[in-house]
Amino acid sequence: MSASPTNPPEQSAAEVAALLEIRNAAKRFGAVDVLKSISLNIASGEFLTLLGESGSGKTTLLRLIAGFEPPTAGEIWMGGERLDALPPYKRRVNTVFQNYALFPHLSARDNVAYGLRVKNTPASEISGRVEEALRMVKMQDFATYRPSKLSGGQQQRVALARALVNRPQLLLLDEPLSALDANLRKQMQSELKSLQREIGITFLFVTHDQEEAMALSDRIALLRDGALEQVASPREIYAHPATAYTAQFIGQTNLLRGEIRGSMATCDALRWPLEGSDGPVTFSLRPEAIRLCADGKLETNEVKFRAAVRQQFYGGSSELLEVECGKGQVLRVRIPARGPLTGEHDFVFSMADAIRVRE
Amino acid sequence: MTAKPATGRAPLLAIYATLVFAFIYLPIVVLILYSFNRDGVGGFPPRHFTWNWYSQLFADSSIWDSVLSSLIVAAASVVLALTLGLLAALALDRATFPGKILFRRLVLLPLILPGIITGLSLLMFAVFAGVHLSLLTVFLGHGTALISVATTELFAGLQKMDRAQEEASLDLGATPWQTFWRVTLPNLQLSLIAAGLLIFTLSMDEIAVTFFLIGRDNTLPLEIWGRLRRGITPEINAVSTLIFAVSVGLIVIWYHLRARSLSGTSQEPLEQPGEFP
Amino acid sequence: MYSRAYKSLVAIPPLVWVGAFLLLPYALMFVHSLWAVRESAIVHRWNLDNYKTLFTNPLYAEVLFRTMRIAASVTICSILLGYPLAYYLAFHAGRRKELLYQLVIVPLWVSYLVRGYAWKTILGSDGVLNGFLQYLHLTREPVGFFLYSPFAVVLMLTHIYTPFVFLPIYAALEHIPRPLIEASQDLGAGSLQTFWRVIFPLSMPGLLAGVTFAFVLSLGDFLAPLLVGGPSGTMIANVVQSLFGAAFDWPLGAAISVGILVITISLLFLSEFLEKRWVFK
Repeated sequence: MSASPTNPPEQSAAEVAALLEIRNAAKRFGAVDVLKSISLNIASGEFLTLLGESGSGKTTLLRLIAGFEPPTAGEIWMGGERLDALPPYKRRVNTVFQNYALFPHLSARDNVAYGLRVKNTPASEISGRVEEALRMVKMQDFATYRPSKLSGGQQQRVALARALVNRPQLLLLDEPLSALDANLRKQMQSELKSLQREIGITFLFVTHDQEEAMALSDRIALLRDGALEQVASPREIYAHPATAYTAQFIGQTNLLRGEIRGSMATCDALRWPLEGSDGPVTFSLRPEAIRLCADGKLETNEVKFRAAVRQQFYGGSSELLEVECGKGQVLRVRIPARGPLTGEHDFVFSMADAIRVRE
Repeated sequence: MTAKPATGRAPLLAIYATLVFAFIYLPIVVLILYSFNRDGVGGFPPRHFTWNWYSQLFADSSIWDSVLSSLIVAAASVVLALTLGLLAALALDRATFPGKILFRRLVLLPLILPGIITGLSLLMFAVFAGVHLSLLTVFLGHGTALISVATTELFAGLQKMDRAQEEASLDLGATPWQTFWRVTLPNLQLSLIAAGLLIFTLSMDEIAVTFFLIGRDNTLPLEIWGRLRRGITPEINAVSTLIFAVSVGLIVIWYHLRARSLSGTSQEPLEQPGEFP
Repeated sequence: MYSRAYKSLVAIPPLVWVGAFLLLPYALMFVHSLWAVRESAIVHRWNLDNYKTLFTNPLYAEVLFRTMRIAASVTICSILLGYPLAYYLAFHAGRRKELLYQLVIVPLWVSYLVRGYAWKTILGSDGVLNGFLQYLHLTREPVGFFLYSPFAVVLMLTHIYTPFVFLPIYAALEHIPRPLIEASQDLGAGSLQTFWRVIFPLSMPGLLAGVTFAFVLSLGDFLAPLLVGGPSGTMIANVVQSLFGAAFDWPLGAAISVGILVITISLLFLSEFLEKRWVFK
């Protein structure tokens, strides 16, 4: 089953200046289809994130591009050259590995110089480029340190410099931030983003962390069981998830399952008018799309319902409520922080915010 | 040609590896083959099959006397080396005392030191102490030298063990003595058996230390050694083949144990003794 | 968490035993080396004559030199056989890896004597190799120089120590994280460059352990020369053995033993020192 990703406007832009083209790439390990016919284009200078749960095939796709695994079927092209026929050391692609894979017997400087040395770059050129790369990641003061003497964040920087010094056309990053603690992670995200802007190299970033994907990417390619679920910009994918899976995976949502009959959508206790052919239907309704309706007034195209507050999670600027509206239907509602809330209240949401998604 | 240069096929290397295997196994194969050769050792090709050398071997009482001596020495060495090795491993793992580093080096020294040095030292010690050479001195030599093996194996076992288990036992009201018998030892069971097997094999096979400590009763390797000096006969091929077969049998047991100890998680180290293959 | 009593209980027995049956004998060895022999009896007269003899009599230097040469040859041969084998198993053997690994281990458990004896039957003048060569009409007369030569000693010891050398190298190769190799390729290095720049340096601790093992154990071997070496294959430990036997000069024998002990321990320290430089954890 080859999932055809939805084609938001960005996709066509990518096709114009595609740096990397993945055409129907598939990978099978034994009897397991890890990747099922993936087609994806990456534009030059783009920051694209492969997002997915563990086992979704995102790392395998990265390894196909890097050349560590041959695809079972399909082709990968980069700048008019067939990439999947080349061994990894002939590809103008470099990787930042998940646990950095720094050479333990080499200093930070020698790690960075490695790629230049094996390609017999003149020594005079090497030292300059290495220093520049180390400066770029603010590691010039640690040039002589062995990896074991560096912290996780510092190792991360060296790994980045080691890849970038080769001036790859495409940089692959395999969950590079997953080993860092939360604060450092945020900081590195910000640095990574500005670094990418600065040097303009195309980044293909793999992560299982949707927040990270949203914060960093130009586009997100969401993988599920070896197939592309949706490819779109973070805003697009959040606002218009194509499937229930996407809606749930990216951000929090309420999935409303019900049916359309006679131009009315019914999901348990909620009913609102909607044009469409009769049949079962699923909506995604973000918690922040629901608001507390203290005065009982309705705007046009809004749906009102009454629900009892069951749980309240305080989150600083906002709070998340779990409310129950008839028949045991539980919805999550995000409202500006306003103090403890109990009992039954009126809530409203705009019909337009209930996004119809595929199952 | 999507290349995986470091892990793909390497025909030349495969041929080389095959040749190395041939080198390692050729002598053993030749040995076994000629134990069935009627015309004795040497000559090519071996022509006439016979069980003759084996029946000669089974009728040879001095060989079987030496086997018995070896078995006694090996069994006693296992007990001695395991007991002291376990204590030494516990001491190295848990106690601090002056000269600990020296102690560790000293215990492990026989592992790497040429057997002749250990053997001669013990010989001088025996002479100095006025002890006659006998199987007892051989046993003391084996047992003492092989403490090194027991200590290495058991120390590794202790390092793998989760210290919190012992703390839990003490927390639940067990005395240190009870904890040792009910938690520590069962945890080490596989290491103990593996070390025991290894010590047994090494003792059965030991010759360099034994050489200097042997009295009137020969161990099996010394008996063979004595016969070699008088010239080679296919009977020695036959006994060597049997030794080889027993060694392989022990390896199979050892691998089963190792596989278990590797697959066994720290939550379930208590294997039933009866289950061993 | 362990009481004083517990610690004493576990530490004292092995300390006493090892003190009595290892430290004391080794010390006795050293003491003997400072004594002398007069009219077939050991006299407790303290002197350094034995050591003087060692350094002045060229015979001992010659034997020691030959021993070192044999030990070095054994070490080099074992590595030439063991390293590629370990490399093959670690990176190219695929699913047969575990089986092949066990096949290397099996000979480790097989008696030293049995393996030495096997070579004796192969190399002898009426041995299997000569029989084979004559069978093929490559030679007409038995070739005498296979057995009872330094070559035979090197061959036998190489056969014995190749699995020993293989083990630590294999362990070191297996410990190299596979992403490091991928990283090297990713950065543009081919297999040969990856080997010399990444795999080989990271296998150094294993290689060192193997080298130390093969060299030290060959250095003190006296059985292989007796079995297959002949007079030209005599090694330093054979000199010791004859001094303790027929020649009856324990003090001189003890002095040589102390020499072997010193060389061995120095080599162990050297290898430990070098290993520390090559371990990057």
